[in-house]
Amino acid sequence: MSTAAASFAPASAVELALALREGGPVRIAGGATKLAWGRPIEPPSTLSTQALHRLLEHSAGDLTAIVQAGAPLQAVQTALAEAGQLLALDPPLGDAGAATVGGVMASGDSGPLRHRYGTARDLVVGVEVALGDGTLARSGGRVIKNVAGYDLAKLLGGSFGTLGVITEVCVRLHPRPARRLTVCARGDDPQQLAAAALALGHAPLELESLDVCWAAGEGAVLARLAGTAPEEGARKTCAHAQAAGLRCELVEDDEPLWERQRAGQRCAGGTVVRVAARQTDLPSVLRAAQRLGAALVGRAALGLSWLRFERADADHVRALRTELAPATCTVLDAPAQLRAALDPWPELGAAELALTRRVKARFDPRAVCNPGLFVAG
Amino acid sequence: MSALARELTRICGSEHVVTHPHALRTYESDGLARYRVPPAVAVLPGSTEEVRRVVRACHEAGVGWVARGSGTGLSGGALPISDGVLLVLSRLRRILDVDLPNQRVVVEPGVTNSEVSHAVAPTHFYPPDPSSQIVCSIGGNVAENSGGAHCFKYGFTTNYVTGLEVVCSDGELVTLGGKALDPPGYDLLGAFVGSEGTLGVATEITLRVAPLPERVRALVAFFGSTRAAGEVVSEIVAAGITPAAIEMMDRLSMRAAELVTGAGAPPAARASLIVELDGPAAECEGRLAEVLALCERAGASEVRVARDEAERALIWKGRKAAFAAMGRITPSYYVQDGVIPRTKLGEVLERIDELAAEHGLEVANVFHAGDGNLHPLVCYDDSRPGEPERAEALAGEILDACLAVGGSITGEHGVGVDKRAHMPRMFGAADLEAFHRLRCAFDPAGLANPGKVMPVPRLCGEVPGPYRAHPLERAGVAERF
Repeated sequence: MSTAAASFAPASAVELALALREGGPVRIAGGATKLAWGRPIEPPSTLSTQALHRLLEHSAGDLTAIVQAGAPLQAVQTALAEAGQLLALDPPLGDAGAATVGGVMASGDSGPLRHRYGTARDLVVGVEVALGDGTLARSGGRVIKNVAGYDLAKLLGGSFGTLGVITEVCVRLHPRPARRLTVCARGDDPQQLAAAALALGHAPLELESLDVCWAAGEGAVLARLAGTAPEEGARKTCAHAQAAGLRCELVEDDEPLWERQRAGQRCAGGTVVRVAARQTDLPSVLRAAQRLGAALVGRAALGLSWLRFERADADHVRALRTELAPATCTVLDAPAQLRAALDPWPELGAAELALTRRVKARFDPRAVCNPGLFVAG
Repeated sequence: MSALARELTRICGSEHVVTHPHALRTYESDGLARYRVPPAVAVLPGSTEEVRRVVRACHEAGVGWVARGSGTGLSGGALPISDGVLLVLSRLRRILDVDLPNQRVVVEPGVTNSEVSHAVAPTHFYPPDPSSQIVCSIGGNVAENSGGAHCFKYGFTTNYVTGLEVVCSDGELVTLGGKALDPPGYDLLGAFVGSEGTLGVATEITLRVAPLPERVRALVAFFGSTRAAGEVVSEIVAAGITPAAIEMMDRLSMRAAELVTGAGAPPAARASLIVELDGPAAECEGRLAEVLALCERAGASEVRVARDEAERALIWKGRKAAFAAMGRITPSYYVQDGVIPRTKLGEVLERIDELAAEHGLEVANVFHAGDGNLHPLVCYDDSRPGEPERAEALAGEILDACLAVGGSITGEHGVGVDKRAHMPRMFGAADLEAFHRLRCAFDPAGLANPGKVMPVPRLCGEVPGPYRAHPLERAGVAERF
């Protein structure tokens, strides 16, 4: 990463759009917490959303909020909590908790709350975006149900800033649960952990989160109950876990457990590979992690796992991809030389790749937005 | 066209190609019967490969086409084009894979919404539940991003589609996603769902299904005014309760439903509220008690809690009968589909009353109150000169009232042909131009469902340049669309 790159943080969406229209290739950044993701690129300058950091509107009665893209997620949560509400996104927030709403959306990142509430994909109801040629456009709106026009929020979410810059979003909010309680079920047999996790994923418990973790021969299933009466669900959760041979513990002050899960999705200086599989693939993903010496955190019912290597080389990643195919393995945190040695992104089929290139050419015709970073440039 | 019809016959067999004008009348409209256009030819392919070859043949002939599922849409999204092909997907109705351990079902587009839930019963269900679920097809649900009564808690079609096999307008087959989440690349799957058939046609659909809730409780409460009922909705939400469904009906729609169901609503009631709660038993019962207390405090004249499944079905029968029952009190009606922020409910209902009085017409109101989706039913008599036109004007002004409070012109029925003229009131020229770019990336020749969604059709340039407002446009003299 070049340190000489100039950085510009426009004070309005219009100014940002103009900068794109008039300028050359840029690296797009929010809180700059995930610059080590994707193919290594070094555009001459950085375009930052950091000056677009305000919570513009919170309609508590409608459970919606309008937020500028550069607003730190943590600050937004603090403001919403005053009304007993939350934006149900809890990805790792990176150094100094700097992750922004726009950056989380653009990277498609998520945390344990995804089990119940989904991702930004499911929570963003409207978006304003500056496209690569400086067109400032909106899609969606500010109501939670709306099918007018194309859903550009979906297209921009997870596009890693390669179609344009998200400048503002309208999000759906949720009430903060009255109480939370976590069942932590431990064991040292990956098969037992997977069996318990799968059973819980199919039980009508309405868990808020259902995670699994594994490191150095030991692991746990974490199930979080949230609501006005979590005890009954906790009892049933323990019964499932014990039936699978795990040891149960009820944790009231459970936030540190979940913070550890989030932390397991990142590794400064090391390598993190995200595996997207079916939920029944969990035993083979756990076996692969064990064999390759990786620690694992995962969303058990969603088929998503993060494998964390203190040290990994390209062969580790290739071995994972071979072993777990057709599940996809995406390299997230990794030293630049690893991301240069092999494509951090999984391969696209030929027809989808052609379509992807056509989309890129229409939305960023001059290829100025994070050029080279993503799957198709 | 006759050469193309012969080619379609070679692909699908003569028994699956319709060219006779009388037979084509069957397909001249969808659920919005005000618009009628017979297609030049209708074809019923029997496999993905046949769909691909049909679309390819249309592409080579430069002929536009419209995909149709069960034809229940309410915005004219499946309205044929007179010089084009209607691609009827009702023969593609196999359930290909029921994978309960992974909570996935793979279906062909002609499978009905209800069939998906039946396929995964009794342990799981498919949450999006449009009122037409017994007949409407999953392919149509994907095109329209269908919702339903339970989407306040459970979300819409777009939250449940994890994989698609799509035939693009050049006849290329593209696979987007699958059973796993977070497929690599752009979320083209998310962009496709709700694109109203303008980006291609889905031939195979992978859906997520959910575990059936442990407990379901429903109640109906009657109030002296829609305002009082609306306040209870706000209080329920403010209490941090997320019901599976909250539905409101006003006096006129209650009266119509009563004529069909005879459920015995109190005659003095001016509004009714259906609240359904589901989830773990203890949570569900606790929340039910809270909702009952809120209804009573707001002065509900009567609250009926369903004691069993039969009583719950009766409560829902009243709501689901509302549209069909309108026929008992008006010769014709027009269903509107506006959305408003829930807190504006009282304000917008008063505005609708004023507008109805100005036009000398009656409006019955049925809402998905939890998510602010209004279905005003504008009543009119076809036989009275000028009345259909007044009804249409009133329906348009209701949408303007929704937009004025930050709402949307459509919550679940889609834009289709019916609301495309309203699109410029909700979106600016740059927004529409951005939509157009997506369309051009998928369908540069503009052959997939032409004339839908966008206010005025336009061609795709080879290489899009930066958007520059025309001087006339900047001066407000002309619009680009």
